[in-house]
Amino acid sequence: MIRDITLGQFYPGNSWIHRLDARIKIIWTFVYIISLFLIQSFWGYIPVLVTLGLIIGVSGVPLKFILKGLKPIFLIIVFTFTVNMFMTKGTPLIEIGFLTITEEGLYNAAFMGTRLVLLIIGSSLLTLVTKPINLTDGIEKLLSPWQKLGLPAHELAMMMTIALRFIPTLLEETDKIMKAQMARGADFESGNILNRAKSLIPLLVPLFISAFRIAQDLAMAMEARCYRGGSHRTRMNGMKLKKKDGAAVILMLLYLAVVISQAQGLFGRFI
Amino acid sequence: MQIEVKNLTHIYSEGMPYETVALTDISFEIDKGEFVGIIGHTGSGKSTLIQHLNGLIKPKSGSILIDGVDITGKDVKMRDIRRQIGLVFQYPEYQLFEETVHKDVAFGPLNLGLTQEEADNRVVEAIRLVGLSYDEIADRSPFELSGGQKRRVAIAGVIAMKPQILILDEPTAGLDPKAHGDILQMIERIHEVQQNSIILVSHNMGDIAKLADKVLVMDRGKLALTGTPAEVFRQSDLLESLGLGLPPATFMMRVLESKGIQVSTDILTIEGAEEELYRILTRGKN
Ligand SMILES: Nc1ncnc2c1ncn2[C@@H]1O[C@H](COP(=O)(O)OP(=O)(O)OP(=O)(O)O)[C@@H](O)[C@H]1O
Ligand SMILES: [Mg+2]
Repeated sequence: MIRDITLGQFYPGNSWIHRLDARIKIIWTFVYIISLFLIQSFWGYIPVLVTLGLIIGVSGVPLKFILKGLKPIFLIIVFTFTVNMFMTKGTPLIEIGFLTITEEGLYNAAFMGTRLVLLIIGSSLLTLVTKPINLTDGIEKLLSPWQKLGLPAHELAMMMTIALRFIPTLLEETDKIMKAQMARGADFESGNILNRAKSLIPLLVPLFISAFRIAQDLAMAMEARCYRGGSHRTRMNGMKLKKKDGAAVILMLLYLAVVISQAQGLFGRFI
Repeated sequence: MQIEVKNLTHIYSEGMPYETVALTDISFEIDKGEFVGIIGHTGSGKSTLIQHLNGLIKPKSGSILIDGVDITGKDVKMRDIRRQIGLVFQYPEYQLFEETVHKDVAFGPLNLGLTQEEADNRVVEAIRLVGLSYDEIADRSPFELSGGQKRRVAIAGVIAMKPQILILDEPTAGLDPKAHGDILQMIERIHEVQQNSIILVSHNMGDIAKLADKVLVMDRGKLALTGTPAEVFRQSDLLESLGLGLPPATFMMRVLESKGIQVSTDILTIEGAEEELYRILTRGKN
């Protein structure tokens, strides 16, 4: 049920990708996301697909598992697709009432849809192959240069850790409360929008109360262990870059070079 | 109301890396009006099993027949099942949500399609049955009650639906000894008044020995043992190997026996132990 949502989850494993330094993986993901916006034609997606395929293959995360993560965002994808399909002006292809699908619209829709799917797969891959704790350590390290300018790097990272840590807990809680109310005859599935929104009250009230309770317990537990925020904290396992991290950076630059040269067509037009 | 479970198997998150086989090939029967106890170590699948019984979880394979109707079928109305089978979850107080105790208890009956009046009557009855005073508590917010009171209100919310089979998942977890005893008494009372079948999941062997007509012992998703309390608690070695203990009274009798005193070890309750000890101690004198 609701517990099977995989977005933001970690897929346990010990592959080459899993063992990479989190900072490298974060930068890689950023480069990947930017690269998607550089691409201007379907051909440009080829290097992206190949790279993504390779990464997924090496990481050992089943494709089925990744695609499952797309489910919750399926509506957004459909929405993007539809809006692009109907809202682009150009040569009409099919007319349905006052709506027209244009050739350009269809092309745009497919293009944007692909971009969105690749975007989500790529970024969800980051959390799938990186332990949450390493991920936030990585973010903290990457943000630490900004600390001198007053950015609370540690606090931000801690907030992220907690948020990630509590996704499964809250899903579990939701699942439990939903079942308990269903056992009392609550119906979350049928009825019109208004009724459905109303039927959420028995779910949301206990969920909020639980969330506050969990937050309070956690705050108390941190207090009891003398947590005082970022200053003067040291780590048990420092992050050290290794050879394979260097290799990953080289691969990243290679990837970027390929994508940019693909996009040259566009660059040429502007220069 | 009769339940028949046949070859029930359930797997959580099938196909995922953390897939768990929670139940394997479980079969048993529960007769009308029976009081059934389910015991088993943590994670043995007790909660998973009982959630199947009112259709909250669908099995991977196997069937659950309630009065001969398979509730795993597609065209079974969930509302009908929920009307017949009430389920009180572990820590049920976390499901309270209404402004007043009255409204919260009325939630279930109203969902069953009863009129407001009928529902109100049932609320009064249910709150009495769980041992609370309706006049004192009905208009208070459920959130300002004590833990034990909240638990009773939550249980009232289920019994107000008058299920013919009432399932309780560790209803005494986390309560002090007095509240524990009160809840147990309350369950006995409900069993008597509503004449329903009760399925009680518990880690307390003493409670099960005292109340149950039949005991199901779960072990790692399998049904390890079934029988009357006397039959089950006779197998102390097996129970111990499953991480379970004996009821205190039975345990005491076993210890006495091992010290060479000739006592019956089929004793299940404190009262039984008392009688047996009295018999032993007065034997020489007559
Ligand atoms: N929603 C779920 N998703 C995945 N796995 C689950 C889920 N619920 C339970 N499990 C797993 O299924 C197994 C059986 O769990 P279950 O809750 O039925 O045990 P239990 O006998 O009720 O334990 P306890 O005495 O601690 O309440 C456990 O290994 C548990 O980790
Ligand atoms: Mg349980």
